[in-house]
Amino acid sequence: MSLADVFATARAESRAALIGYLPAGYPSVSGSKDHLRSMIESGCDLVEVGLPFSDPVMDGPTIQAAAEQALSAGFRVRDLFDVVASVADAGGRAVVMTYWNPVLRYGVDAFARDLAAAGGLGMITPDLVPDEADDWMAASEAHGLDRTFLVAPSSTEERIAMTARASSGFLYATAVMGVTGARDVVASTAPELVARVREHTSIPVGVGLGVRSGAQAAEIAGFADGVIVGSAFVSAAAEGDGAVRALAADLAKGVRSAPAAV
Amino acid sequence: MGQFTPTPHDPDARGHFGPWGGRFVPEALIAAVDELAAEYDKARIDPEFVNEFKRLLKDFAGRPSLLTEAPKFAEHAGTRVFLKREDLNHTGSHKINNVLGQALLTKRMGKKRVIAETGAGQHGVATATACALLGLDCVVYMGEVDTERQALNVARMRLLGAEVIPVKSGSRTLKDAINEALRDWVTNVDDTHYLLGTAAGPHPFPLLVRDFHRVIGIEAREQILEKAGRLPDAVVACVGGGSNAIGIFHGFIDDADVRLVGVEPGGSGLDSGRHGATLTVGTPGSLHGAMSYVMQDEDGQITEAHSISAGLDYPGVGPEHSHLKDIGRAEYFAVTDAEAMEAFALLSRTEGIIPAIESSHALAGALKLGPSLGPDGLLVVNLSGRGDKDMDTAVEYFGLADGGQA
Ligand SMILES: Cc1ncc(COP(=O)(O)O)c(C=O)c1O
Repeated sequence: MSLADVFATARAESRAALIGYLPAGYPSVSGSKDHLRSMIESGCDLVEVGLPFSDPVMDGPTIQAAAEQALSAGFRVRDLFDVVASVADAGGRAVVMTYWNPVLRYGVDAFARDLAAAGGLGMITPDLVPDEADDWMAASEAHGLDRTFLVAPSSTEERIAMTARASSGFLYATAVMGVTGARDVVASTAPELVARVREHTSIPVGVGLGVRSGAQAAEIAGFADGVIVGSAFVSAAAEGDGAVRALAADLAKGVRSAPAAV
Repeated sequence: MGQFTPTPHDPDARGHFGPWGGRFVPEALIAAVDELAAEYDKARIDPEFVNEFKRLLKDFAGRPSLLTEAPKFAEHAGTRVFLKREDLNHTGSHKINNVLGQALLTKRMGKKRVIAETGAGQHGVATATACALLGLDCVVYMGEVDTERQALNVARMRLLGAEVIPVKSGSRTLKDAINEALRDWVTNVDDTHYLLGTAAGPHPFPLLVRDFHRVIGIEAREQILEKAGRLPDAVVACVGGGSNAIGIFHGFIDDADVRLVGVEPGGSGLDSGRHGATLTVGTPGSLHGAMSYVMQDEDGQITEAHSISAGLDYPGVGPEHSHLKDIGRAEYFAVTDAEAMEAFALLSRTEGIIPAIESSHALAGALKLGPSLGPDGLLVVNLSGRGDKDMDTAVEYFGLADGGQA
């Protein structure tokens, strides 16, 4: 199954897809495997497996702290592929979300090869813009992986069009100007941005940054193809697997309670 | 040649120096760096901007800075030594050159708020100063470890009206202060300029920071020709992110016979692993928005730098230095904390000039290079800053409070 199928399935059910994020290795390597499986069993259509990084400039305090904890417990990049494989083996769908430097260090082609071999479907690259992505374009083609680049409220029309052309699977729209972290309300910039994106592309659009409740998920599902939830899952994982399952279930209900976009 | 004249050493349109540099930042910041690049392209050829910048350098920062011969220090180096006195600039270091340039760009862009990172506090103080002068709001991020070892500069920034935010994440030093400044920028980019303090970061920062510091090399070249009647054999500068070094290097970059020598912080020694010698032992990677040499482990996690000097305590370096290293135009090596502190004490005692500990690395480098040049040799050392801010460190290191002697 590819990312296109994930979104096609959700669309066929007249709803948005639910996408949950958790760093591999948080709270531990085996703990992250358990939680990611629970997220899928409780309603996530896709999980983003994060690669903990020493200098996460796009992340707020919650994900920073989780990455720091994973790294100080000895997390290694090879553990990432192990976590992805455990999701795939359980029948789940996974992409990786990572800062660029660990991929560079591993070797872009080798990283793509090992991610594909583990059953991963693609990669989200928050600090890699298509302008600098020649190696990743080639490696993702070679190993059949999807590429999710990001667009932001500050992106020009020209850049939105260019970024959409470079992406496959889905495009990530950051709802607000800012870093990751749960927020109380859905920013008004989000629907505007998605509307602008739609003028340039028919590729599915996922909206993330700040989503934490079923109600917010429902609101976003009203205008986007995917609802992305990160920090709230990290906080839930700190409480335990029950909290992870409850959050996923609440969000899954949310994405089903609004008519799907388009 | 003017300070803003394009050179054959400029990066390509997307900020690449050979394979280095570029833009490895979130898409959300691309509009801001595009805006900055466009504004700089206009400003660098706008006589009004150039003249206002020059006026501030002269009437506010006190340029040109002196070139002082250091004969008694030179006896220990075994060769003739001149010092480019950036320590005499207003606020006490070279940092003011870049800060005045970027603060003027901030006003041109109509932005009202400036954020900055700082390690030693010199860049923070310079930024707070320019913001006071030009009426801009100023927030400075500083690693918690650095707020402790550079407490005097924290007080100076606050007195100048800046808000200083101690950064408690990661290694709590310069790299984490940059992370936090980038997070602020991505959130507030509409009304905020990130006044980056070194020749690193995404394009166009390495280009414009270098250009604002080119004045150091242009002056030094004229001054050494006048005072010594010839070009130096080598120009020596310390390298943290690389701004003072790239500024002085560029005055001599087309003089093929002048060696360009960058001195990195060797901390407790390269073998100890506790150092910040990015160019000497680092590997290619992307950190803080550009491809360059970085200090990282085999998984691509950035490792912590260690240096007695807060301003050099950084596991990255500006991309143009990576390029100059690769093409062999500049050479880089490291000196230890102990060697730097010895040079710090030596210059103080022999010449009556207390240098910054950052600059003391360049002095220690000169002491190493000198003997190979001999008495007929000629060195220009960039004395990037003064040592007042480092008195707490010196008191502790030399035990000065207990009647100790450096
Ligand atoms: C006096 C002085 N010299 C050098 C540096 C290092 O910076 P750079 O390598 O950008 O010149 C600093 C940084 O704080 C400094 O204060």
